[in-house]
Amino acid sequence: MNVPAMRAIYKFEMARTGRTLMQSIISPVISTSLYFVVFGAAIGARIQQVEGISYGAFIVPGLIMLSLLTQSISNASFGIYFPRFTGTIYELLSAPVSYLEIVVSYVGAAATKSMILGIIILATAGLFVPLKIAHPVWMIVFLVLTAVTFSLFGFIIGIWADGFEKLQLVPLLIVTPLTFLGGSFYSIDMLPPFWQTVTLFNPVVYLISGFRWSFYEIADVNVAVSLGMTALFLTVFLAIVAWIFTTGYRLKA
Amino acid sequence: MWRRINSAARKGTGPGRGDPSAERSGARQAVIAVSNVSKAYAAGFKALKNVNLDIRRGEIFALLGPNGAGKTTLISIVCGIVNATEGNVLVDGHDIVADYRAARQLIGLVPQELTTDAFESVWATVSFSRGLFGKSANPAHIEKVLKDLSLWDKKDSKVMTLSGGMKRRLLIAKALSHEPNILFLDEPTAGVDVNLRRDMWQLVRSLREAGVTIILTTHYIDEAEEMADRIGVISKGEIILVEDKIELMQKLGKKHLTLQLQHPLVELPAALAAYDLQLANGGTELTYTYDTQSERTGIVPLLDRLSDAGIVFKDLQTTQSSLEDIFVSLVKDAP
Ligand SMILES: Nc1ncnc2c1ncn2[C@@H]1O[C@H](COP(=O)(O)OP(=O)(O)O)[C@@H](O)[C@H]1O
Ligand SMILES: [Mg+2]
Repeated sequence: MNVPAMRAIYKFEMARTGRTLMQSIISPVISTSLYFVVFGAAIGARIQQVEGISYGAFIVPGLIMLSLLTQSISNASFGIYFPRFTGTIYELLSAPVSYLEIVVSYVGAAATKSMILGIIILATAGLFVPLKIAHPVWMIVFLVLTAVTFSLFGFIIGIWADGFEKLQLVPLLIVTPLTFLGGSFYSIDMLPPFWQTVTLFNPVVYLISGFRWSFYEIADVNVAVSLGMTALFLTVFLAIVAWIFTTGYRLKA
Repeated sequence: MWRRINSAARKGTGPGRGDPSAERSGARQAVIAVSNVSKAYAAGFKALKNVNLDIRRGEIFALLGPNGAGKTTLISIVCGIVNATEGNVLVDGHDIVADYRAARQLIGLVPQELTTDAFESVWATVSFSRGLFGKSANPAHIEKVLKDLSLWDKKDSKVMTLSGGMKRRLLIAKALSHEPNILFLDEPTAGVDVNLRRDMWQLVRSLREAGVTIILTTHYIDEAEEMADRIGVISKGEIILVEDKIELMQKLGKKHLTLQLQHPLVELPAALAAYDLQLANGGTELTYTYDTQSERTGIVPLLDRLSDAGIVFKDLQTTQSSLEDIFVSLVKDAP
């Protein structure tokens, strides 16, 4: 185990985060506040309560998930894409580090950053609505699992992408729509039956549902199913990463 | 001038340094052994064709070849950046695939391109390299490397503020950060000014004195001639020759005997047709090209025949061909 290497990569990635700390923190704080103004105040004035929870409080887990998913993906994809783009990846490839060590370090750093942001959003939300976290341990479990899983997904995108456009493409075209349609801002029960069924094919539903359950004990799908699905995504992404490294896909000629 | 890297700062490497018998056996055991390595890139292009090459411990080996010959590809395979299609490589006995950790720990690589992290400080990026190669932090060593490369006063500067020459030195500092036994320099002086080039050569020599094996690629012949103990010539993915530099110069070196004639000649007399002769300077200069290695240089009989033919010369000189000539003739004759 090359611990100094893992420490070096993690530190390097966190330093990169540190350089953009202000925008990293300010932008989610502002956007979260905006969501509360728009969704909480404007729409919330009409909806008022969802399953016994005030609408403002109801959207908090979804908001955190939205940011957790997009941040995990963009941090991790950028983290590995940039050295490929500049060519500094030569050093990583020529170093005595295993693939596992590389993945753990990059994904760990990306997940750390998105979890910090998630907690900042949680704290910001606490300024607007009274928060209640029924199962703090499970809340942390979902937070960590989601951050790690989607950082892995971001890592894969960062290796697959051969231009900055592609780097933006997946988050923009797939992840954001799936998150918005995944029950961030509404309960699945509010949809017509047909769309409820369609929604079950949206993986993000399971993440948000489980996360929301840890707050308010209300869920669109069974918590065990949520946990199982998250674990499944994790496994699939791990398998893809393993394949990437054994074949050298886009990394080694 | 950069400071010399003194050997005291480096740990002894290789078996029994200083013991002549062990040194001889150490020399026999190649520090890098490339066996039957071929590389076909994705598009099917064969960049390396069955390359066999042994690098001796402690030597400066120059891999000489024109652009596109496969120098970078070969280095990249040894360092783990490119996968070989066939063949295997041992670094100090460690297979670069099966035992990649042990193999890579020994190697420092200075890439051809100036690829650096723009936003990091010099200190941070060099320390990062050391960590990446599994060494625990050692500020004293990083300080020494930066001082040796005249980068100490830039240690807190962002990499993007460095000049091209400084970036090149930074890449060397990164490669030396983990105290490698083997250093690859891929075209270290391409696009580098004369002073920097000289400093680079000096640095390479002092590293060799410290026991580091150095493999450098270049398409400048004078660089290979100046620096190397041995030279390998690569062309179109094939190693066409590996020789001691001095032997190479002797073996393939042609000498030229130039005679300044008293009276210009219009054409060569038929009696001299057997000799490799050329007339120049309006017939006032006669140049005879001969092989230094051949049994007889043919000079004495030539001079006899010249006097028989009544050709008088007032002066003469000999010149030896450079590696450049050798190289050009080799690459020209390559398949
Ligand atoms: N990643 C790659 N994909 C396809 N062809 C490549 C790749 N890298 C190098 N080549 C080709 O392989 C040949 C050798 O390249 P290289 O090893 O860089 O040569 P050198 O370093 O001697 O100039 C060149 O013809 C080059 O175009
Ligand atoms: Mg090259």
